[in-house]
Amino acid sequence: MGFLDINGVTKAYGAVEVLHHVDISVDEGEFLVLVGPSGCGKSTLLNMIAGLEGITSGDISIKDTVMNGVHPSKRNIAMVFQSYALYPNMTVGQNITFGLEMHGTPKEERERKMREVSQLLQIENLLDRKPGQLSGGQRQRVAMGRALVRDPDVFLFDEPLSNLDAKLRVDMRTEIKKLHQKLGTTIVYVTHDQIEAMTLSTRIAVMNKGYVQQLGTPKEIYDNPANVFVATFMGSPAMNVLPTKLEDRNGALHAVLSGAEGQEVILRIDDAPAAYGAYKGREVLLGIRPEAITDPEGADRNARNIQSLTNIVGVTEPAGADTFVTMHVSKRDCIARMRADADVHPGRPFEFAVNMDKAVLFDPETENRIG
Amino acid sequence: MAAADTRADFRTRMQNWLPKIVLAPSVTLMLIFVYGFIFYTIYLSFTGSRMLPSYDWVGLRNYENLFRLSHWEIAITNLGIFASLYIIICTLIGLSLAIFLDQKIRGEGFLRPIYLYPMALSFIVTGTAWKWLLDPGIGIEATMQTWGFTEFTFNWIKDRDMAIYTIVIAAVWQTSGFVMAMFLAGLRGIDNEILKAAQMDGASNWSLYRRIIIPQLRPAFLSAFVILSHLAIKSYDLVIAMTDGGPGRATELPATFMYSYTFTRNQMGIGASSAVIMLMTIAAIMIPYLYAELREKK
Amino acid sequence: MSVATQDTAIRTGRVTRTFIYVFLLVFALFYLLPFLVMVLNSLKPLEEITSGNMIALPQDWTIAPWLSAWSTAQIGVEPTGLRPYFWNSIKMVVPAVAISTVLGALNGYVLTKWRFRFDTILFGLMLFACFIPFQIVLIPMARILGELGIAGTTTGLILVHVVYGLGFSTLYFRNYYAAFPTELVRAAQIDGAGFFQIFWRILLPSSGPIIVVCVIWQFTNIWNDFLFGASFASGGAAPMTVALNNLVNSSTGVAEYNVHFAGAIMAAGPTLLVYIVAGRYFVRGLMAGSVKG
Repeated sequence: MGFLDINGVTKAYGAVEVLHHVDISVDEGEFLVLVGPSGCGKSTLLNMIAGLEGITSGDISIKDTVMNGVHPSKRNIAMVFQSYALYPNMTVGQNITFGLEMHGTPKEERERKMREVSQLLQIENLLDRKPGQLSGGQRQRVAMGRALVRDPDVFLFDEPLSNLDAKLRVDMRTEIKKLHQKLGTTIVYVTHDQIEAMTLSTRIAVMNKGYVQQLGTPKEIYDNPANVFVATFMGSPAMNVLPTKLEDRNGALHAVLSGAEGQEVILRIDDAPAAYGAYKGREVLLGIRPEAITDPEGADRNARNIQSLTNIVGVTEPAGADTFVTMHVSKRDCIARMRADADVHPGRPFEFAVNMDKAVLFDPETENRIG
Repeated sequence: MAAADTRADFRTRMQNWLPKIVLAPSVTLMLIFVYGFIFYTIYLSFTGSRMLPSYDWVGLRNYENLFRLSHWEIAITNLGIFASLYIIICTLIGLSLAIFLDQKIRGEGFLRPIYLYPMALSFIVTGTAWKWLLDPGIGIEATMQTWGFTEFTFNWIKDRDMAIYTIVIAAVWQTSGFVMAMFLAGLRGIDNEILKAAQMDGASNWSLYRRIIIPQLRPAFLSAFVILSHLAIKSYDLVIAMTDGGPGRATELPATFMYSYTFTRNQMGIGASSAVIMLMTIAAIMIPYLYAELREKK
Repeated sequence: MSVATQDTAIRTGRVTRTFIYVFLLVFALFYLLPFLVMVLNSLKPLEEITSGNMIALPQDWTIAPWLSAWSTAQIGVEPTGLRPYFWNSIKMVVPAVAISTVLGALNGYVLTKWRFRFDTILFGLMLFACFIPFQIVLIPMARILGELGIAGTTTGLILVHVVYGLGFSTLYFRNYYAAFPTELVRAAQIDGAGFFQIFWRILLPSSGPIIVVCVIWQFTNIWNDFLFGASFASGGAAPMTVALNNLVNSSTGVAEYNVHFAGAIMAAGPTLLVYIVAGRYFVRGLMAGSVKG
């Protein structure tokens, strides 16, 4: 039994099931991120944990107590909302202590806790202001203060950074991570931003269409995506997914693709899992991340199996630290990530280095990872 | 919320019931005083009620009698004239004022309240003002004659054929400013960039309004039509104050007809049937409109 | 005008602009004239009106018509002036506005923030109730008021106005609260606030604008009502509009136009005052409400 347990939870509105049998167990001190495109059910799940939406079947328990039907305020949780949901008519101080006031905490203790929290978040000088007078980042801090002051078992974050501009978002991300490391609280965090998911979490649940597609550590999710959806959703630019024929040549498995001019491109696969055997001679999908396709000088020195791929360069996009190259492989766009000063020119052939250690295969029918 | 939770604690259950308890008095009042009453009146319209409600079923006889009465025929003809002129003129004046006021006019803040204030007045006050203003003995006609235009006559309010138009004048005076406000809000809501783009395309002011702006005011036209037609069908006070249905029956409307048949002529059954016809007319306009509005919001 | 027209796409020539100004001013005159005539003629002796020039300034200024309209004019059979009826209207309008506004606010809160099955249908029924022709309820209403023993009383009128004012007050608050962030309500729920605490502490402090709109609307409608007043309280409990109509349309004696005008201005006074003081907020709210539906 974990600290927060979601057991076989479904949610249906009338006949429409929007969340299908979700099982997640979260340990104390974990930082779980629910990530997925809009409409995947992640916010619904969060609201069900909070008690803001009813559970159609299954149950949710915190510290081994079943929470179904328990009022949100009695679950000992706190939530930070996307819009921050600061009460516009109250000062920052009143916003932070409103929950304590509702729970009948004496005034002195409320004041004391408010001071503690405002010190921690460095918002002491804002306590008498109204939310309307604060900047986005300050509102974000106040919203976190309101959650922290309750000293809850579980923190729930509903896309808390999506209303901030790009730079502030990165700063606040770091700050949330610091706060988690310092306080060691259990957090469930909803976002549609896969970078936030990767950077913040100890575990990620990737969701789509009401299903948990994969639950695992950021590294597991990134390196071994369970299916094509997870592979393309996590990571930016997305993983290249290329139609491939799997062939046995000279006793080794090879992925056979076609280049921009129809030429055959062969990539050898070493240490193939046993499951690949069943796909021999069949069409599969080859998944390879852009950073695994580089210029030869930029290739990972620790990689055991670097294959070369000669192809016509399509478009080059210098992005400062790296240069992205788009080319045609198997009639699809394939993106490679080169060093900034790699000598690539649109329309000319170039010899790419492909790190096949990082390649994964997917079944073309089920789109699930093979092996 | 939480309909499927059987293990809900007391507070949560109470919180689920409170909203319904709070809404209950209003819903009860509405169901009795609006819908209950509507059904009661519909029922009465099928009975031979005279001075007091009675419950002898007479089928459609009241409706047959109603449509044979010349009094009712006058009332609905008048309503046709009044409603169509009222709606058209109010819309034209309202739209023109709104468009002109939207040209960065100096003193807009001064003019707008002048156009709007009649809306704050009771129809009885409006009726009193226009009754004497249009009275040939002391009003505009008399004033023009003292100024030397001795041939000038303006005695519509005393003229059986023209009196209904004086009601239109007073009603337009009262509501056209409000229609202006609705159109002005619509105009202010139009994206300025669209207008700039159209100008780059070489549209003249005239074609800009005809082809681009006015079509975008569709919701405002619709709201204006619904509100004005509903006001027209309900019109009662203004007629009572200005002409009391006269001269003769020249300005009777369904609303005044219903009142006099029910309460002074003791023909409650016929009065009820005329009220049902009024309700059905309004429902025919309002229900599609409200249905569309509510669906859009969902 | 070059500075003022910078941010609009529409440019107009000088001839057009002159035409626009003339048009706007002519209409301003059209709207002002009747009221001006009422004011001028309420300050004239009767002979000055009957001898002909309604638009002229009074030659012999007098407030006698005002005094007469207020306290001595014949209303129906009693020479009481409009004074008692003015107070009738006040006693009717204040509680009716207060009750319908409070109920409307609560209804709007429930219908937007505590949604349940059939809430849209219920709201649709309430909305339609705003627009029924009141003739359809006159007969049963007269009976019910009689059976409750409040026919012909101010209490009866208050009930009537609350019932038929609910639709609009609910409509206003529902539309306003629909735009109020639901996340705030959820945050307050997690903070442990109950149904009434959320309303009182979170929603109500932000409801100023819509309360103004609703109060002005209800005040204007209820003060200006004639049909219900004439049907259910025509005697000593009659409201101002009914009394004014009795004053103006009584067939006995000489028509005292100056007294009629003074009375009409008195009947218009409270709503005009409200309009002048708070009309700006009202128009803003109403325009937003009516265009959005």
